[in-house]
Amino acid sequence: MATESAVSTLSVHDAEHDHHEELSFLRKYVFAEDHKTIAKQYLISGIIWAIIGISFSVIFRLQLGFPQLKLEFLRPLIGNWIDETGKLSPDFYLALVTMHGTIMVFFVLTAGLSGTFSNFLIPLQVGARDMASGFLNMLSYWFFFLASMLMFVSLFLETGPAAGGWVVYPPLSALPQAHMGSQMGMTLWLSSMALFIVSQLLGGINYITTVINLRTRGMSFSKLPLTIWAFFLTAILGLISFPVLLSAALLLIFDRSFGTSFFLSEIYVAGEALPNVGGSPILFQHLFWFLGHPEVYIVMLPALGITSEIIATNSRKPIFGYRAMIASMMGIAFLAFIVWAHHMFVTGMNPFLGSVFMFLTLIIAVPSAVKAFNYITTLWRGNIRFTPAMLFSIGLVSFFISGGVTGLILGNSALDIQLHDTYFVVAHFHLVMGASSAFGLLAGVYHWFPKMFGRMMNEKMGYVHFWMTFIGIYCIFFPMHYIGIAGFPRRYYAFTSNDFTKNIFQDMNSFISIMAVITFSAQFLFLYNFVYSLIKGKKATQNPWHSNTLEWTTPVVPGHGNWPGEIPAVYRWPYDYSKPGAKDDFIPQNVPYSATPESNLPHENELISLEKAIEAQNYNDQFKQPH
Amino acid sequence: MKEETEEIKWLEEEPEETLSVNPKRFILWLFIVSILMLFASFTSAYLVRRAEGNWLDFVMPSVFAYSTGVLIVSSITMHWAYLAAKKDNFNALRIAITITFVLGMIFLYMQFQGWVELVRNDVYFVGNPAGSFIYVFTGMHAFHLISGLIVLVFALVAAFRLRIHAKSLDQIHIATVYWHFLDVLWLYLFFFLLYFH
Repeated sequence: MATESAVSTLSVHDAEHDHHEELSFLRKYVFAEDHKTIAKQYLISGIIWAIIGISFSVIFRLQLGFPQLKLEFLRPLIGNWIDETGKLSPDFYLALVTMHGTIMVFFVLTAGLSGTFSNFLIPLQVGARDMASGFLNMLSYWFFFLASMLMFVSLFLETGPAAGGWVVYPPLSALPQAHMGSQMGMTLWLSSMALFIVSQLLGGINYITTVINLRTRGMSFSKLPLTIWAFFLTAILGLISFPVLLSAALLLIFDRSFGTSFFLSEIYVAGEALPNVGGSPILFQHLFWFLGHPEVYIVMLPALGITSEIIATNSRKPIFGYRAMIASMMGIAFLAFIVWAHHMFVTGMNPFLGSVFMFLTLIIAVPSAVKAFNYITTLWRGNIRFTPAMLFSIGLVSFFISGGVTGLILGNSALDIQLHDTYFVVAHFHLVMGASSAFGLLAGVYHWFPKMFGRMMNEKMGYVHFWMTFIGIYCIFFPMHYIGIAGFPRRYYAFTSNDFTKNIFQDMNSFISIMAVITFSAQFLFLYNFVYSLIKGKKATQNPWHSNTLEWTTPVVPGHGNWPGEIPAVYRWPYDYSKPGAKDDFIPQNVPYSATPESNLPHENELISLEKAIEAQNYNDQFKQPH
Repeated sequence: MKEETEEIKWLEEEPEETLSVNPKRFILWLFIVSILMLFASFTSAYLVRRAEGNWLDFVMPSVFAYSTGVLIVSSITMHWAYLAAKKDNFNALRIAITITFVLGMIFLYMQFQGWVELVRNDVYFVGNPAGSFIYVFTGMHAFHLISGLIVLVFALVAAFRLRIHAKSLDQIHIATVYWHFLDVLWLYLFFFLLYFH
């Protein structure tokens, strides 16, 4: 694939595949244009960021759980952010909280989850040789890498990284004199996010184009696996909402560095009256949350898609309500755009407007619940195989439901007055989004590890990892509901200043912190399993999970172009598991109805006559192979 | 169940051909959607802020109207380039792209003159948001126009290398669509600013 200049990439893409000379190391592994390599790049980056992000949470949990504890032992790691008395600097505490949120939401659960699995699975499951544009895909990863570098560097600044919460509201984030984290740390945060947004847009554009334009013969939209539907809708969400965050970031950059007044107005800080007049901090919140809310679905939908696939495969049953799952995802994607102000209930908005957003927020619970019900119904009377991936997927359903129901409480604009910015919110989003998506990510890794690396991960370690993490996460976040209702505020370094927080729940906070440390330690079991299996794992077979989707029809480790010969055509949907009358308990998508007369339903026998026509169809092979 | 079977039978008399629009052209349209969302966000912010009052009312420099005209003409020449490519008229193709590029540069120069005029009228980037926004709109559009100029350069180079011809129209098609989009975008911004001054 010779792509020396952008000119040649814009020319007819035939020219790219006429010859297959061996690519240099740089072209194959660094500036790779193969979707599978890029997926692995995203996966490793996501894992590294997850280690950093979770470590930050452990550090600030030590402060919260054990306020008197001397943290001298952290000095080798974070230096003078531990003062002489062994206490964590309150300024750095805020920075840790901010960076934990930023890293986990954007770098781990958006890039690490979407970036890995959309890249890896979309071409394989729709039956394409690669993404629509390998070049844009490569750019997408490297913009992400640049963004990561900037964000990483910000962690080591003397004035510290951004510290105004992951939402970086102005005026705090706009004024360097307001907090040291609003100096260079905030500048780097904004630059990093701008590059990150570009990266995600490039990726999303590729995903949408590939799903629409590069499906193999017979792969109509109604035969797509639910993973693809999920990734597709996620990419559309991102395409529409990320530019709005970019606009908010740009206007914030102008306010910070040029003195404009988009978000700033009548401020008196550090003994000085600032000249800015006419700005509105609420404008920033609107622009931010217009992305911010779809962002949580961008994080969640891929995990839900992965869960659909894993639960169906490991229950040996079709997913219950395939069309309802698609309709729910579409409903969620649509509603995601019109509920953003439920993050802003306490900004002083007209209560009637609050009711409108409340109404829409409660409605979005319906398709979400439909999905949860469908997962449970798929499990019901299934022939269940409890692989680690299956356990993590079921765990996702559990977290999704637990976290989801508290969303109904928070979506109520009246109740939110008490609960906004308390630990109740923290518990809610960690369960419904953080833990669920993380479990989706882990389930995906356990399930597709054989396809990615040709080896199996260790099952026993997977079980231990699951149980420790599952119990650990509930132990961490369930008590937070009580703390939140009691009124403990978010982002507070200590709780000694209010009568209603200083004498209660210290033991619960300590318990949470201990569980956080234990759960964090359990993740090293996963890391060890991952690395060990990469090198010494049992070699995988072509289709170890006996799954129906197309990625399992490639060789054990798919090479460039995924299928060595012709791309298979698709005749049926991907959920023919335990079909009555069938020889096996699964029938892959590329098995024609003519080959399974014993299990065909009456209308499927009619479809046999269409098979020749399907095989003769327009052939979206980027390699232009004859067929 | 029987009704469902019959319904499916009716719908699937022929297998649906998997939709196949040219991927590269489709990718361009998705880029256009994302750029549109960026400007939709800016114009929403503008309207929200304007509704809050304390809004400086000023006259749009007339040079912006003339630059609009220049950009429209450049779209015409761009379209001429596309038609020339379709007919394998290589000379016309190269001339048309070059003229479009030059008109694009003239447009940028006139936008800059507009800024000079605004400063002369005491409307600055720093100050009342009404002024700030006009610089943001014109600046962000100009930034994207520069990217359009780069696309044109690539197309011009390809034209010289005879890579654009009647059987290879993707590149010139993409360049044309993108250029028209930049024109339409400017028209939207211009009339928006005129109406919501």
